Amino acid sequence: MTTTASSTGTRLTLAKGITAGLRRAMENDPKVLVMGEDVGRLGGVFRVTEGLQKDFGEDRVIDTPLAESGIVGTAIGLALRGYRPVVEIQFDGFVYPAFDHITSQVAKMYARSLGHVTLPMVIRIPCGGGIGAVEHHSESNESYFLHSAGLRVVACSNAEDSYWMIQQAVATDDPVIFFEPKRRYHDKMVVDTSASAAPRGLYEAVVARPGEHVTVACYGPMVKTCLQAAEAAGQEGTSIEVVDLRGLNPLDTETLFASVRKTGRLVVVHEASQFLGFGAEISAQVTQECFYHLEAPVLRVTGYSTPYPASKLEELFLPDLDRVLDGVDRALAY
Amino acid sequence: MTDSDVVPEQAAAAFGVTHHENVIGTPKILSDGGPETIRFIDQDGHRIRNEVNLPYDKYVDALTEEDGRRLYRDMALIRRFDAEGTALQRQGELGLWPGLLGQEAAQVGIGRAMRPQDYAFPSYREHGVAWCRDVDPVNLLGMFRGVNNGGWDPNEKNFHLYTIVIGNQALHAVGYAMGVQRDGAVGTGDPDRDTAVVTFFGDGATSQGDINESFVFAAVNQSPIVFFCQNNQWAISEPNERQTRIPLYQRARGFGFPGVRVDGNDVLATYAVSMHALDEARSGQGPFLIEAYTYRMGAHTTSDDPTKYRDSAELDIWRERDPLLRLKSFLLSLHETEQAFFDEVDREADELAARIRTACQEMPDPPHSQMFDRVYVEPHAGLEKERDEFVAYQAGFEGEGN
Repeated sequence: MTTTASSTGTRLTLAKGITAGLRRAMENDPKVLVMGEDVGRLGGVFRVTEGLQKDFGEDRVIDTPLAESGIVGTAIGLALRGYRPVVEIQFDGFVYPAFDHITSQVAKMYARSLGHVTLPMVIRIPCGGGIGAVEHHSESNESYFLHSAGLRVVACSNAEDSYWMIQQAVATDDPVIFFEPKRRYHDKMVVDTSASAAPRGLYEAVVARPGEHVTVACYGPMVKTCLQAAEAAGQEGTSIEVVDLRGLNPLDTETLFASVRKTGRLVVVHEASQFLGFGAEISAQVTQECFYHLEAPVLRVTGYSTPYPASKLEELFLPDLDRVLDGVDRALAY
Repeated sequence: MTDSDVVPEQAAAAFGVTHHENVIGTPKILSDGGPETIRFIDQDGHRIRNEVNLPYDKYVDALTEEDGRRLYRDMALIRRFDAEGTALQRQGELGLWPGLLGQEAAQVGIGRAMRPQDYAFPSYREHGVAWCRDVDPVNLLGMFRGVNNGGWDPNEKNFHLYTIVIGNQALHAVGYAMGVQRDGAVGTGDPDRDTAVVTFFGDGATSQGDINESFVFAAVNQSPIVFFCQNNQWAISEPNERQTRIPLYQRARGFGFPGVRVDGNDVLATYAVSMHALDEARSGQGPFLIEAYTYRMGAHTTSDDPTKYRDSAELDIWRERDPLLRLKSFLLSLHETEQAFFDEVDREADELAARIRTACQEMPDPPHSQMFDRVYVEPHAGLEKERDEFVAYQAGFEGEGN
């Protein structure tokens, strides 16, 4: 592992946080399997599963044929046999061949079996843009999965969360869609990986930066962008509270509503297209539950409702520090 | 040629004729499967011994006449159950019923070849397999009555829920078989431990990506699975010719495992070939494709009207290949089985039908809570809030309209 021990913990990238978390999950439970394209010998195209096959063997870290429907479909069967598969989808844009199994089978199996069958599986999806990739490698497709009852959906934004959240997701008896912000894979932080470190709940939102004037809700890759925006705004006297949602379904409304009731203003930020993006759901819920606390309508700073553009245009598509601040200014102007 | 081109004369000419190979452009649906089809009883009930069925002979030779009567009983009871399903739909007790008329031998043959530890992944027409797995047939009615979406415990009889999305179940089956391998439950030589998985699908499903992907995954993993394709000639209105240019069993070769075509209306043949394929899978020889060449004598489901797309002459031909009549002729030819046996089966079938009918009519509507209670295993605050709102809303009607 490319990690450095320190007195307070281990310095990990977000990617290696997942690696370490998976390793620990596999050590703790022999039923945990890792499967996907190139996850074994290569360690995944992002090296997230690096070293796992060497240590846990080919039966537990499975290089699958190149067929996403097959990967998720067979993972369902393994889960039915009592295993806990962790599936890697190589890139966001390649999950669609597996979409049928995820929505028709994974999401519904517990309900349609009247509780006789559980599918404790994790589907990891490296998501989002900002890496100059070719088409189909930069998408934010969380809404499809958020709209499928029976799935749980989470998004990590830093190494500490990636380390703990992947373990919690693996331990969950419901299926979990696990979004990993690929442009943050290499961001490092010191993580206390000791068993005594008590992680937050998997779906618990966290106030990543406290503030007074406006709440910015975000998740995954946008958390860093929003924290940078808050830092810049702070220097100009605007106090932004950044809420990292972490759990998207279920959504920790308690933390979010408390923040909005305090600030009276909310800007939701995500990379995904605006129309029917997660911001729409948050906006509806906040409007309903925090109506009398709101000083301004809930605003959204998001990707546009276009196909993800060619990479030379992606900086214009993706919310950045300036667009977040523009949204904040508009919220404050009401 | 189109279906409407199939005239009775052609049909009669095709009947009983041994074809070399099915060739696109001829009325394949009228063929008996061609010379490579494994068959033990001919249409007159006579035992066949030939080179094609020789490798499977030992399984048939091991059967007693009593075994043959049991297979007949299974098929007769399942046919009666199936007829009751259709009747219950016509009377408004079921919303839909997918009949298996004509496919009894295909399903009972493999159903009786499976061992308790084996696992079945059906599509939605495998009432005969369910019967052999000892699943109470009443359970099969729930989803068609709209009281649940399956609802039985798959692990009780190792019979997974019916799967309606065509082909999905084949991948689930292969994954399950991969789990069997990881559990060391294959190739040990212990007949009570070694486990095979069987997945069921039709000729239409072979066009699905999932079936092809399941072949790939099973082959590269050498998983203990039997792919059981009931080629009933029709995918709703589309004949085989719209799905394939080669006999379906030959597809296995391209994926790297054996495939055979068996007369799906000859229960001795489907049993013997299934015994062989299951033995191969359990002993670690990898996947096996069985194409059971049969015919969907009824509609796709009760919502379908096959007179729109197929000629009745075709049905007449397949009626003469009826799997129950064939086994009955065979049993009668052995002289030990008397008419009294068949009368007794008929009586038993009537009893079963009456029980099914009563159980269906008495099946209670599901409680409201069923909608919310098992969406997630673990607590989900958002859903609980919606449920509470639902309960409060419904409570507002209490005492009204009584």
